[in-house]
Amino acid sequence: MSLSWILRRLLLIVYTVFVVSVLVFGITQVLPADAAVTLLGENATADALAAIRDRLGLGAPIWMQYLRWVGHAVTGDFGLSMRTGQPVGPEMVAALGRSLLLAFAAIALMLVIAVPLGVVAAVRQGKLADTLTSLVSYLGVAFPEFVTATLFAMLLADTLQWLPATGYVSPFEDVWGAVQHLALPVLTASVILVAHVSRMVRSETLDVLHSDYVRAARLKGLPERTVLMRHALRNALLPVVTIVALDVGYLLGGIIVIEEIFAIPGIGRQLMVAITARDLPSIQAGALIMSATYAVANTLADVAYAFLDKRIRYD
Amino acid sequence: MTDLLRRLVRTPQGAIGLLLLLVLAAVCLFGPWLAPQDPEKIDFLGRFRPAGAENWFGADQLGRDVLSRLLVGARSTIPMALAATLLGTVIGSVVGTASAYLGGRWDEAIMRTIDAVMAVPGLLLALLLVSTLGNGATNAMVAIAVAFAPGMARVTRSVALNVRNQDYVKAAIVRGERGSWIVFREMLPNVMAPVVIETTIRVSFAVMLFATLSFLGLGAQPPASEWGLMVADARQYVHQAPWILIAPSIAIAVTAIAFNLLGDGLRDAMNPRNER
Repeated sequence: MSLSWILRRLLLIVYTVFVVSVLVFGITQVLPADAAVTLLGENATADALAAIRDRLGLGAPIWMQYLRWVGHAVTGDFGLSMRTGQPVGPEMVAALGRSLLLAFAAIALMLVIAVPLGVVAAVRQGKLADTLTSLVSYLGVAFPEFVTATLFAMLLADTLQWLPATGYVSPFEDVWGAVQHLALPVLTASVILVAHVSRMVRSETLDVLHSDYVRAARLKGLPERTVLMRHALRNALLPVVTIVALDVGYLLGGIIVIEEIFAIPGIGRQLMVAITARDLPSIQAGALIMSATYAVANTLADVAYAFLDKRIRYD
Repeated sequence: MTDLLRRLVRTPQGAIGLLLLLVLAAVCLFGPWLAPQDPEKIDFLGRFRPAGAENWFGADQLGRDVLSRLLVGARSTIPMALAATLLGTVIGSVVGTASAYLGGRWDEAIMRTIDAVMAVPGLLLALLLVSTLGNGATNAMVAIAVAFAPGMARVTRSVALNVRNQDYVKAAIVRGERGSWIVFREMLPNVMAPVVIETTIRVSFAVMLFATLSFLGLGAQPPASEWGLMVADARQYVHQAPWILIAPSIAIAVTAIAFNLLGDGLRDAMNPRNER
């Protein structure tokens, strides 16, 4: 891992955030709804509309508006919400914190389930455990989050009444309450991830089990357990880092739906509220923060991968 | 082609996937005629009627027949997902092939930009686009297509890079053919096989994404009996009638599984190493 490689990665993040900002600004700015009309309502007088357009700088050319927006955004100032009148930035960052809690919990749960599942399926290739695992992964990727969420809520909250159906409790106030309220969303978010990652772990493990160095280790007469733990798993689990990072993007998308269903005030729900209310500054801030988070997660995964895998040299 | 079909049917995934898809295609084509009842017929005496002789899958909160709504709703779900995937594939594979053909700095610039666009989660990109274009099935379809295009471009480009180095492409370049001719006539046809596999698997994502947008109220609009919409409607009545929720959920899952199975079957059938 050379310095120039790290620099290049950092440059790529900057470029990514730039492209995303252009994309987000471009898409939202051509919203057919007139921001001034959204703010003042349909019955506003022409004078009032002109005044507010002037104040928001809506009359300026589009690239000027973009530069002004980006200039403020880099300092964390995303403007005021059209809905609440409050600054958007701090609200979105607080919401992102709650979403990240949900995301990390989902990834942790997924790893605990998916890695053993994939390894066992690979070791017992073609046996019952393998068939069951592939059945689970086919089923897992076939149910969109809103269906899994609704089915889990129906079963665990309504019928069995084990868990609260909706709501959010901060872990800083009530740890047990937070766990209970997060259980359903985390479970929902992890289903598709488990299905996907267990399949990947299985195929990576299979590749490694058929490799020369594993054969060599076996021929040396090492016990199968040592071969598996010391030689195979280390190498098989390495690519999983990248796969998990790619799934973070999927997870962030899924979180929008999951937070909406379970009424968790995370960034996904804020975005949905903003989209419904056509609250431009909130939509822009939410979308940009979410995408930047994903870009950073991917870069971190690349760095971690390069750090863990000594064989790879990046020049 | 028939050879490919034979090999496809020989894989268990391919056979089951193909069978499921034939059934789904029949439902899409003939749904309104297969439906035992009018999907919009309201029957207040039959509200929340459980599955039985009158309503095979039960009745919903307005006494409408759930099976009939499912059969008719297939039309507003599956073709939209298919169209979205195809459109996304066309855009993506043209961009990906062009990028591989141009090579060098152009390729680098295009691919880094595509990577950057892919930093926006698919559902988020689709949401942003739909909120701009306006709610509705067609706009949701376009939004999904655009959200899919970068991923397809990436897949196509990696295949096209190999094709780019084949002799027949080099020959065409030496012959002095135009760039568009080389991209469309020489390269695209030869990157199709892996792209078809990827596309097939993506249809299942498109089905789920489209249903999700409808569920959020941004895709198909009532009174369409789109499956995601049916799930959204059914959520309030889970206590009285879980079947109005479970039936469309299973329909979505079966469709997604069918495309996934077919994709996996195609991958095995198209892989020359699996020749038996």
